[in-house]
Parts: sequence; C-alpha cells; structure tokens
Amino acid sequence: MTDDRLAVRRTLKLFVGGEFPRSESGRTYPVVTPTGATVAQASRASRKDLRDAVRAARGAWAGWAARTPYNRGQILYRVAELMESRRSQFESELVAGGSSEREAEVEVSTAVDRWVWYAGWADKLGHVLGTQNSVAGPYFAFTIPESIGVVGLLAPDDPPLLGLVSRLAPALVCGNTVVAVVGGRWPLSAVSLAEVLATSDVPGGVVNLLTGRAAELAPWLAGHEEVDALDVGGADVELSRKVAFLGADHVLRVINPGRGECDWLAESAQSVAALTAFCEMKSVWHPMGT
Amino acid sequence: MTLSPTTPGGEHPVHPVLAYSTSLESTDIVRLDQLHERGLFIGGAFVAPRSGRFSVTINPATAQPLVSYAEAGAADVDAAVAAARTAYESGWRDLPGKERAKYLYRIARLMQERARELAVLETLDNGKPIRESRDIDVPLAVAHFFHYAGWADKLDHAFAGRTARPVGVAAQIIPWNFPLMMAAWKLAPALATGNTCVLKPAETTPLSALLLAEIIQEADLPPGVVNIVTGGGATGAALVTHPDVDKVAFTGSTSVGKEIQRVLAGKDRPTRLTLELGGKAANIVYDDAALDQAVEGIVNGIWFNQGHVCCAGSRLLVQESVADEVLDRLKVRLSTLRVGDPLDKNTDLGAINSAEQLERITELVDAGVAEGAEIYQPECALPEAGYWFPPTVFSNVQQTHRIAREEIFGPVLSVLTFRTPEEAVAKANNTRYGLSAGVWTEKGSKILWTTQRLRAGVVWANTFNRFDPASPFGGYRESGFGREGGRHGLESYLELEPFPSPSPPPSPLPSPSPAGLAGGSGS
Repeated sequence: MTDDRLAVRRTLKLFVGGEFPRSESGRTYPVVTPTGATVAQASRASRKDLRDAVRAARGAWAGWAARTPYNRGQILYRVAELMESRRSQFESELVAGGSSEREAEVEVSTAVDRWVWYAGWADKLGHVLGTQNSVAGPYFAFTIPESIGVVGLLAPDDPPLLGLVSRLAPALVCGNTVVAVVGGRWPLSAVSLAEVLATSDVPGGVVNLLTGRAAELAPWLAGHEEVDALDVGGADVELSRKVAFLGADHVLRVINPGRGECDWLAESAQSVAALTAFCEMKSVWHPMGT
Repeated sequence: MTLSPTTPGGEHPVHPVLAYSTSLESTDIVRLDQLHERGLFIGGAFVAPRSGRFSVTINPATAQPLVSYAEAGAADVDAAVAAARTAYESGWRDLPGKERAKYLYRIARLMQERARELAVLETLDNGKPIRESRDIDVPLAVAHFFHYAGWADKLDHAFAGRTARPVGVAAQIIPWNFPLMMAAWKLAPALATGNTCVLKPAETTPLSALLLAEIIQEADLPPGVVNIVTGGGATGAALVTHPDVDKVAFTGSTSVGKEIQRVLAGKDRPTRLTLELGGKAANIVYDDAALDQAVEGIVNGIWFNQGHVCCAGSRLLVQESVADEVLDRLKVRLSTLRVGDPLDKNTDLGAINSAEQLERITELVDAGVAEGAEIYQPECALPEAGYWFPPTVFSNVQQTHRIAREEIFGPVLSVLTFRTPEEAVAKANNTRYGLSAGVWTEKGSKILWTTQRLRAGVVWANTFNRFDPASPFGGYRESGFGREGGRHGLESYLELEPFPSPSPPPSPLPSPSPAGLAGGSGS
C-alpha cells in the first residue's frame, strides 16, 4: 500500500441464506476498538432478519442433513483450509480488537484446528454415539445420532473468533443448520468468518450469522417454533433463563456449554459432549425372521 | 363380570356350547388392606404424611375405591429430598459400582418373585388387561433393573474419554399409563449411576410404587436412596421446585412438561431435566406391506393398553391403493377384540384409567365427528360400571382435524391416506410431536429411506410398540428430550467430564507459526 492511496473499507453485513444483506431495519451500530476508535458500522439485525435467517436455515437443513457424513467432514475441513489461508486477516482484526499479536495468533490457530478436529468427527459420530441394541427378542435394533434441525446459537463474546467457532463447528457436524447471533463487542471476526463460509463449500443457509444485540434477538430466536435447539454459550445468566422460559412453549432444547466458565483455548473446549448435545438419538427396530 | 355369549362384535351369535366364559385372575394374592393408608416411603420407612391428607385410588374397571393413600405436602417432599440428600452424601454416591449393582439385581429378583402380585395390583389400580401387566409391564420393569444393574460397575466403559459421576438427587415424576414400568425406567438408571431418588407416582395409580417400596425395603437398600411420595399435581410441583433437587425426570403430558421446563428455567440451582412427553405417531403402511402383519401391528400400535401410550400409533397413514383393503381387514380384526374385565386373561382392552381421561377421549371423538371424519366402532357390550371406551376408527381424516393433531391417549385411531413415499413422510412429520413412528413394507431399502426421514426418536419397522431396556427411548421436538434405556439412558443421570490431562498441555505455539506459509502474520 502506498501512502497516497486511500484504503477501501469493508461494509459489514449480515450473512443469511448464503447472501450478505444489510439489516432490513436499516440499523447499524458502531464497532469500537478498546482505545475508543470507531472502525466500522455493523449491521444490527432485527426480528425480521432473524426470521429470514431461520427460514433460510430451515430450508437448508434437509439437504445438509442428507449429505453423507464423509461429505460434511470434507466441507468442514475446507473451512479450516480457507481460514488458514486468511489467517493474517483474522489475526489483524483480533489485534485491532485488543488482542496481543501472540494472543491473536494462538486464537486463530486454535480456531482453525478446532474445525479440523470437528470435521474429522462427521463420519465417526455413529461409531461413538450410536449403539447396536441387544434387545430380548428377534429384532435387529440400533440407535443412531441425527441432527436436531435448526440450532440457534448465542455466540460467546470472547474470544470473538474462537468462541463462535467452538460452538458453530460441533453444531454443524451432525447436520444441523445454524442461526448464530453474534452480539459481542467485536463482530469483525464473525463477519470475516461469514465471508470464509460464503466462499467455502458450505451450502447457503447452513450457517446464518446475525450481528446485533443478543438481548434483543435471543427471545425471538428462543420463541421461534422452527428453532429446535438454542446454544446459550454467549448469554449471561439472566438471558439464559429468559430464553429457557420462552423456549419451553415448544420444548426447546437449551444447550449450555458452561456459561462464562469455559476456557475456549483449552482442549476441553472441544468435546464429544459438545457433539452429543447437538444430536438427537433415533432408535430403530426391525424383526428378524424368514 | 360376565359377557353375553356372543362374539364381542355381537354380529354372530355363538352356539351355547361354544359360549364364552371368563378366565379371571384371582386377586387373593394382593393384600389391599396392607396398602391402605400405608403412608409415604421416606428414609427407608413408611411414614404418616405430615400433611395429614389422604386420597382414594379407585379401580377404574368398577369405579369402586381400592384404598386410601397419603398425599404428600411440601413438608413431606422436603423430608423426602432431605433423606435422599443424606443418603447420597453419606454413602450411596461413593459406594463401588459393583455393590450398587448387587442391590439392583436383588430388587430385580424380588420383583420377579412377587411378579404375580405386582401384575394383579397394577391391573386393579390401572385398569389394564392382566395379560399385559403380567406379560409386558412387570417383566419389562424387572428387565430394566437387571439391565442397569449390569451398568453400575461398567460406567468407565460407557463413555470413552470421559469420567462419569452422579448428578445428585433426582426428582422423578411418572404417569399413570405404565405405573410400575415407568418407576423402573426412572429408578434403575438413576441408582446404577449413583444418584438417589424421590419418585412420585401418578395420583390415579400409586399402588404398584408402594409395593415396589416394600420390595426395596426388603432388598435392604440403604435408607433414603429411594423415596416414594404419593400425591397429585401439588406434590409434583413441590418436588420439581424443591431447591435441593439436582435433576428432574418427568414422563407425562406435553403441557405439564412445558410448565416444568418454565419453572426450572427460573430456578437458582442449575437442574438437569429430561422430558418424555406426548406423541401423535404416524404408522405408515405402504402398498407393498404384508397386510395381515400390518393389521396386527396397527392393532398393537393403537389398542395396546387402551391407547394410553405416549408412543401409540394413533395416526394410520395408509397408501391410497390399499386403503380400503386395510380398513376392511382392520374392521374384521376389531370385531374380535375383547373389551371388558381387565382381570380376565382373555381381555384385549381394559378400562379407561379415569373419569377425567374418559371425558377427554369422548370430547375429542365428538370433535372428530363434528369435524366430518367418519367414525367406526364395532358393536361391543361395555360393562356398566367403571370407565370404558370402545375401540374406535376414524377414516376420512384431514390433517387439520383435531383427532389428527392432538394426542387422544385412548383407543382411537385416525386414518389418513397418501399416494407417494414423499407424501407419507411429509404427513408423518406434520406434527409438533416426534416420539415414535411405524413403517410397514416388504422392501428393505424403502424401510431405511423412510426411517431416515421420519422425525421421531423411535421407529418401528414392520413391528410396533416394542420396548426393551437395551433400546434407548425418547422424543424429538415436543415429545421431549433425553433418552431412557440402554447406554444413552445413563447419560441423563451422569455428569460427564473429559479425563483430566495427565500433564499440563504444551503451549500451543512453542515455535514460530506455520502461518508463514499462508503469507505472513499480518502484523
């Protein structure tokens, strides 16, 4: 970059159905660095945007869930590849958001590796979570993990990239589609992740990312009948309670990875338990006979 | 009671020589007087309720009272939870799994020894045919204890890479349709995993749980490990909201399940929850099904246990090309179903469990007629006393009809038709529920294709209403969450944590980042 050239700034948009709309509400909010500089305006998603995102996620679900696990695994691994190739961008955004260079480097590396770890699970979930059921009768019976459907995700604020990736990746492995609300102070990383996802092989609508205010959007997400599960990893206690209460109207599965206590950099932040929470178990019986 | 010497359908008079005579199970084995005002089972002993209140449980087949049972109030629930907490912390939690296992084996054996007594008592209190309580409810309850006994000392093998520890005190609320079996489904996995329990049986069917308490006492289970508090909705509410409960397991209606979910959302102590709620299962019959077998499956699907089954196959989806034939065969088969005294070993359909449930069934059936569905009921003489409803089939049912959407929880089948497999799946999944489903076809690939697309926790292919402790059971969507049975059933009662690392993990970036390959660090 030469000194006399004016940088081209990026417009931060929502990511819905594989496209990048602005909020239909026309609202934005400033993205402010820890030093108080406003670096961008992010789209502030509305209830209507959220409904559009849920519709997109529902539309994409059957196709994504029907992919072979091998295929889903490759597609998720491809996300890691693309993130790695853009790691300088992710790192510089994290640094701008207040991370040290080393912290940024570690966060991006861990996020990339997390995609790799979860991608490899796609065709092993059935082995590890499934069972052949030894019933007392002439039946062949088995239990297999399946997707729950549309998963809402209140992304952890911090760390801005790794928190989101740590919850998004396990939700996708078994075939759910996701509407994630990125309500944190630093939405740049999520928007960049959306741009990675858009150029990856993840089909449009499988991941939908809404920047905005979690407290404003989460109740609508929890109460939406087409949302089958809600991960409250990024919600405080009060918001978690509120969404659990509202979601009870349609028996929403509320997934709580441990609120603010989770060390997202730790190995333990990626787990079979996380995958299990995003699965339904289906038991199938068939008689044996001639 | 005796039935007239005709077939149940009443169409073909039977020659007097061939007249039907009942084959009644004796009730002598049941000592109702000993269960009368038996009290609550708290801390290993039967104690009088502090509430001072008693209710009467009736025999739904006669509408006559059986015995009075205690109605636990808040203070009683408090005492039960305290007993469970003490038992948990003072030994049960830390008892080696192999010792917990032996207690469960012991309970299973004692249940087998008193199987007849349990079966007769269950039939008296619930109204279900003795054939079912004897051959299904009691053996399956026993099997649950056997199955989970064997897990108690094998938890380290159940979840690779994770350590398992118990949750604590479990509050367990069970319904009236399979009182003993539901008690076993709740208690066995909870105990195997080292939790202690407070179990609340349903208000219309408290007796088999009290007999189970006697068995637990006889097994010398440490006091307070299992506590049984009888009572109604208020008792259940006191239990669910109790601040010292770590885990709630509820089986019952979707509306109550939602209420429990709401209540727990606001509770200070994080409380684990599993819900096993209602259903409106589709039973899909393709035109290439073995129709005689399918008809038997349809009958078993909806008329087992008077249709008081959350996973009942209450929506029959039959392919249009065979719909008339299936319906005709079904009507013929219906005429041979014997409705009557639950203690008669030949009875197929027993009594409706309560006046309240009979009213709900009647209301929905009336709605079915009013909305334009075509009703069929075989002629059958219903006993005069007690609560009864004839087996009922609705045809020409539309998806919008209440009888196609709402859980009736009675012996009422709604028949809808479809043309293509895609339509069958779409209609099957067109419900807020997702507990079970059935599919009937002789074509293997079509079974798997359909099974994969049905949004239900249990899919029976060319069979229906099969249960086993080794087979996880539970719902999708508004049929609840969590699984009961098998290895998955353990999970509801365990905290599973990753194995602690043997040594501190190495620093993620001990050397310069390989990111250089990707074109610089951007700094």
